[in-house]
Amino acid sequence: MIEAKPLTAAASAPPPESRDGSAARRLTGAQICLESLIREGVDTIFGYPGGANLFIYRWLPSYPQLRHILVRHEQGAAHAADGYARSRRDAVGVCFATSGPGALNLVTGLGTAYADSVPVVAITGQVPVAAIGTDSFQESDVIGSTMSVVKHSYLVTRVEDIAPTIKEAFHVARSGRPGPVVIDFPKDLQAAVTEFNYPEEPVRLRSYPAPPAPDPAKLARIAELIKQAKRPVMLIGRGVLISGAEEEVLELAHKAHIPVGWTLLGTGAFPVQDPMALQMVGFMGAGYTNKAVCDADVLMMVGMRCDDRVTTRLDSFAPRVEHLIHIDIDPAEIGKSVVPHVSVVADAKTALGQLLPMVEPKREHEWLTQIDQWKEEHPVRYVKREGFLQPQEVLEEMYARCHDEAIVVADVGNNQIWSALWFNYAKPGRFLNSGGMGTMGYAFPASMGVKLSNPDRTVFCVTGDGGFLMNVQEMATMVENQIDVKVIILNNNSLGMVRQFQDDFYDGVQSAVQLSCTPDYVKLGEAFGMKALRTDRREDVAPMLDEALAHRGPVLLAFDIDPRANVYPIVPLGKGMLDFVEAS
Amino acid sequence: MNPSRLLSVLVENRPGVLNRVASMIRRRGFNIDSLSVGPTEDETVSRMTIAVHVGRQQAEQATKQLSKLIDVITIDDITEARKVSHELLLIRMHAPPDQRSEILDVVAVFLGRIVDIASSSMIIEITGTTEKVDNFVDLMRPYGIKEVARSGAVALVRGDQAGISLGDLDLTGEAPGGLRVGAGTAGAGITADTTGDI
Repeated sequence: MIEAKPLTAAASAPPPESRDGSAARRLTGAQICLESLIREGVDTIFGYPGGANLFIYRWLPSYPQLRHILVRHEQGAAHAADGYARSRRDAVGVCFATSGPGALNLVTGLGTAYADSVPVVAITGQVPVAAIGTDSFQESDVIGSTMSVVKHSYLVTRVEDIAPTIKEAFHVARSGRPGPVVIDFPKDLQAAVTEFNYPEEPVRLRSYPAPPAPDPAKLARIAELIKQAKRPVMLIGRGVLISGAEEEVLELAHKAHIPVGWTLLGTGAFPVQDPMALQMVGFMGAGYTNKAVCDADVLMMVGMRCDDRVTTRLDSFAPRVEHLIHIDIDPAEIGKSVVPHVSVVADAKTALGQLLPMVEPKREHEWLTQIDQWKEEHPVRYVKREGFLQPQEVLEEMYARCHDEAIVVADVGNNQIWSALWFNYAKPGRFLNSGGMGTMGYAFPASMGVKLSNPDRTVFCVTGDGGFLMNVQEMATMVENQIDVKVIILNNNSLGMVRQFQDDFYDGVQSAVQLSCTPDYVKLGEAFGMKALRTDRREDVAPMLDEALAHRGPVLLAFDIDPRANVYPIVPLGKGMLDFVEAS
Repeated sequence: MNPSRLLSVLVENRPGVLNRVASMIRRRGFNIDSLSVGPTEDETVSRMTIAVHVGRQQAEQATKQLSKLIDVITIDDITEARKVSHELLLIRMHAPPDQRSEILDVVAVFLGRIVDIASSSMIIEITGTTEKVDNFVDLMRPYGIKEVARSGAVALVRGDQAGISLGDLDLTGEAPGGLRVGAGTAGAGITADTTGDI
């Protein structure tokens, strides 16, 4: 193995550092990295040390303003950083991992953040510059391995570059359509010394222009289309939450009386109980939302990709639409799945803010009456079964205790859709999930990040038994740091959504879905030192929740639910929007 | 219709850029017919000329996705532009003395050059459009092709107004730029046959 110089000596010897107050201090790359993070407003880092990032960890204790959460697996670090950023506006999540396996373990978390446009900066240790490409111990091609799941990535090759690289990485991660960025930081450069000057100037990249301003002519056209619309519908996605356009959406919906539906990731951006509210759209959306979309003459999509979970079978999506309007910050999303008649590439808040004064107040009585009728005909409902606890009953009791203040971090599977549909989210940012990548095991580590960036808010992690076990090791992290998350396991001893798909779409052949060895969650909690309770009885739900909420610190609540509980409504695979099947 | 679209892309001259561009095209399910890359008059900028095997609407998606790469400065779909699009062919022919004069006649018609000659073979250099190069290769087949190396197309748009002077680029990163796609060219609507109004 080639090493340019012995590295261990520098780790223990503090670098020459001038204390004369001059702007330029001589610091190691590791110190510059940490100082730069502080300059970017970072206060929490999720990470795991290893051979190639030990210089960073050597200096980390010197910066007590940086809280480091030692996870138990790097995937947990990436998800926790995601949760941290997703639940606090303008925050960027930060995670550390070492080279090789450490960095590779981040990939799923980075892909999750990428799919949902979450700003995360991952700083990975790398083998020394001279050893790169030699297959040295714990070397992996981090840039190559992460290329398709990051917004951008950097390999630092000179110690002078680390500060400007961090500055640029944060700019790229948080601006435009946000996303994860990787900085691969070779070990020798962490030890190398240079003058530290954090760049004062804002980052300007000729290849990364600011999002365009909305075209006023197109906004005027949209206002005109809204005026003419007989059956208008608005659909909103996570872009509305990212840009903070919830107020503008609400105002527009009330001014022109436009019913509003949302994507899974847009859930919470519009108050569920508002008179103009529809519900989630698409594959597992409410029947009345799908009916409204399919009957709309003017459909306006804001801050969403319109992916296949929204459209179901593409030719069934909005067949009566005469004017399709699409507003998104990412030009590549315009026309990707559906081709709009009018498109605006802009930040949602900016575009809607400028559109609002152009829109005339109006109300299509017949249309709203029709919508109300569909709401009555197709309510989102579930069926109770004697002797079995329904997951919706748990969620209803949770909602009754927390109303609009708690944040629900859902995992992936049936628990995710139940959480989306059975909590009456009234305020934005109260529902988080891995909607795009659909990463099982996301919610539990992510909920730690959510709680740390929202210390005053109740945080529920809602997960199935399958997803919980995917990152169960983070129980140690949660207990060690006393991160006060109430973990709700909706336990059906199976992979419920897969089982439902097999029942309904794969000839009823149940294959590899029974989790017959499921831990005793109470003992599991005890093993980690976490308070844990379990029940399978309806009447225990309320007192258990009360006990958990009264307890300071993390609590594991295992609810053994009806193993036959399904997600409804659902559009059978390959079917269209109006083919939804309801609970019966 | 030629199913290949020609994209002219200016990128930051940095390590890994080719990887990012190729990876994006692969990930989105498009095929590269040819790709050539080289420096420009500004050493910090390279030009890639990419022939992608896609239809027009897919090309727009490919163009938009490539444009999102942080290292891509500008991208133009120049398939339908007035342009000069040439590639270089080096071809080693089986050329024993009794075949040479016949081959040389064809080379002369194509304004090619002999750049190497040995006892029973020669290397011929031809430049021109992809079609011209294809024709030449076809004509050479009966004589016995030993090796072919083609550069892939490099292209510039014709005329005074064409192209981007690097000096004109907005370097502040504030003005919208980068993406230079013909907007809204495809039919609008859920099904592609509806006519768009903007």
